[in-house]
Amino acid sequence: MKILVAVKRVIDYNVQIRVKEDGSGVVTDNVKMSTNPPDDNAVEEAVKIKESGKAKEIVAVTVGEEKAQETVRKALAVGADRGILVKVSGTVEPLAVAKILQKIVEKEKPDLVFMGKQAIDDDCNQTGQMLAAILNWPQATFASKIDVKDNVLEVTREVDEGLETIEVKIPSIVTCDLRLNEPRYASLPNIMKAKKKPLEQIDASELGIDIKPRIEHIKVEEPPKRKAGIKVSSVEELVQKLKNEAKVI
Amino acid sequence: MSVLLIAEHNNKEVKPFTLNAISAASQINDDLHVLVIGKNADLVAKSLSEVPNVKKVIHVDNDIYENYIAENYTPVILKHAENYSHIVCSANTFGKNLMPRIAALLDTSQVSDIIKVISEDTFLRPIYAGNAFATVKSTDKKKCITIRPTSFDPAPTSGGSAEIVKGENTDASQNTKFVKKEEIKSDRPELGTARIVISGGRGMQSGENFKLITAIADKLNAAIGASRAAVDAGYITNDHQVGQTGKVVVPDLYIAVGISGAIQHLAGMKESKVIVAINKDGEAPIFSVADYGLEADLFDALPKFLEELNKLNTIQK
Ligand SMILES: Cc1cc2nc3c(=O)[nH]c(=O)nc-3n(C[C@H](O)[C@H](O)[C@H](O)COP(=O)(O)OP(=O)(O)OC[C@H]3O[C@@H](n4cnc5c(N)ncnc54)[C@H](O)[C@@H]3O)c2cc1C
Ligand SMILES: Nc1ncnc2c1ncn2[C@@H]1O[C@H](COP(=O)(O)O)[C@@H](O)[C@H]1O
Repeated sequence: MKILVAVKRVIDYNVQIRVKEDGSGVVTDNVKMSTNPPDDNAVEEAVKIKESGKAKEIVAVTVGEEKAQETVRKALAVGADRGILVKVSGTVEPLAVAKILQKIVEKEKPDLVFMGKQAIDDDCNQTGQMLAAILNWPQATFASKIDVKDNVLEVTREVDEGLETIEVKIPSIVTCDLRLNEPRYASLPNIMKAKKKPLEQIDASELGIDIKPRIEHIKVEEPPKRKAGIKVSSVEELVQKLKNEAKVI
Repeated sequence: MSVLLIAEHNNKEVKPFTLNAISAASQINDDLHVLVIGKNADLVAKSLSEVPNVKKVIHVDNDIYENYIAENYTPVILKHAENYSHIVCSANTFGKNLMPRIAALLDTSQVSDIIKVISEDTFLRPIYAGNAFATVKSTDKKKCITIRPTSFDPAPTSGGSAEIVKGENTDASQNTKFVKKEEIKSDRPELGTARIVISGGRGMQSGENFKLITAIADKLNAAIGASRAAVDAGYITNDHQVGQTGKVVVPDLYIAVGISGAIQHLAGMKESKVIVAINKDGEAPIFSVADYGLEADLFDALPKFLEELNKLNTIQK
């Protein structure tokens, strides 16, 4: 079995983002970038499946600028075998990423595609479902547990009401939740080894698909700030304020 | 052109967030039609026909629609999509799973999780865990939109009498099978719509200690929330998680106990009307969004809090 994992380079989740003064977006210059967190879980799961003997090869793919290579290298350092960077410049919307990944799937013919459930920059939560749709594959979204059976996956999904279990036939798309597993750290020797693993570069323009954005960003602004509150000195005071000042209890 | 909204329900009742999505959808265009896909869901279709904002209910009924399998829902929606300019549903796990599958097959770039309708094609949506708001304009002919339910009031549920028409069903997917759902039933208000939410974090130290929170929730008729750390540690189940990758709540009162206030948690609760933080670390970022901050050990504060509540003559329900 072969697993393709899609990893996105995003502003690190610990960074307090800043909105640009001119409203054109958020500041990305000199800001720490990392792998989108649930994509680390997607890679980890693929590596675990390979370690269990059920998968032979893991290919990590990213769609992004030249520097997004780092994100692929990181996947290679924790166990992916090969990498692909599909080069684009500027914004690529989930629909366009899905169309690019469709081309990669047609070329690589993986049995499974693992992705994160949501990118923490655009918070779209779309790409995996879109890729599944255009490939006409089943989708198992928001996975917190994956069991690989013969030609099916049994996936536990985190849904609003609790947990749901579904069975999807392979080939299929899985989007991963952070609770799926505990991503490992790359050891120094493995980081060194990863530098020698193959990383193919493809220019998105070679794929012959329209990836122009369909959504105009008219303005990006800071959300309204909450006005500063007060500290209360005791539980009695808290209850009194909630009752008589805020009038919420 | 008209708007088509995909209803979320459990075959007997409409899920509350569908009503919030209806409000938003009728701000886009008041010719709003609702598609009910289900198994023996006549009561759902009927109750939606009584929502005054709804102009028509299309009901597609078949055994294969008992559970939300996106692979089964999508072809039905595509079959009915032609006459609509917008296809919408709520941005919860139901809509998040479903809508992108529809959008991709309509070759539309979806607009996720809108918090405001500015015009038919322009919407406001949070990005970066709510640390920025983007005004976005969709240039696609057909628009696929998911709505953050807590940003819109629920539509009224009576007074309307829309016609109910039968829609066409399609075949079931052979590739996806529903196995089971472990639904956590409780008599408490739903987290997403509760007037008061009290949440516990890693500071609670154990699932057992959540009984301190439960006691207060009982007293206040509140829903119980949690940080991701508390869920990850197994103190409480995943359906309680509030935040960027959990649920978004906007109650009148949100009480955060033993929660540090990471941006990913704030993303799910900072629009609450009144926020209380109980934390022993005076520097915890949660205090920066709290209207009332109590710097205290929760194991002292929570029992006292309950005691003080018990002393009150009346408590709003
Ligand atoms: C991609 C991504 C998505 C995420 N999504 C979410 C999400 O949806 N929701 C979410 O909540 N988190 C989310 N997180 C995790 C988030 O970053 C934080 O790690 C998490 O919110 C921390 O939870 P916590 O505040 O309970 O724990 P901690 O940060 O460990 O805080 C515990 C707090 O309890 C206080 N405390 C300890 N003991 C006591 C005591 N006896 N009395 C009083 N106070 C005490 C401490 O002072 C501390 O402030 C996400 C992270 C990532 C990377
Ligand atoms: N540019 C990209 N390159 C690679 N994978 C991506 C890219 N954008 C999105 N993805 C994948 O799709 C998931 C969901 O992203 P989104 O739909 O943007 O929230 C991410 O967690 C990634 O696995």
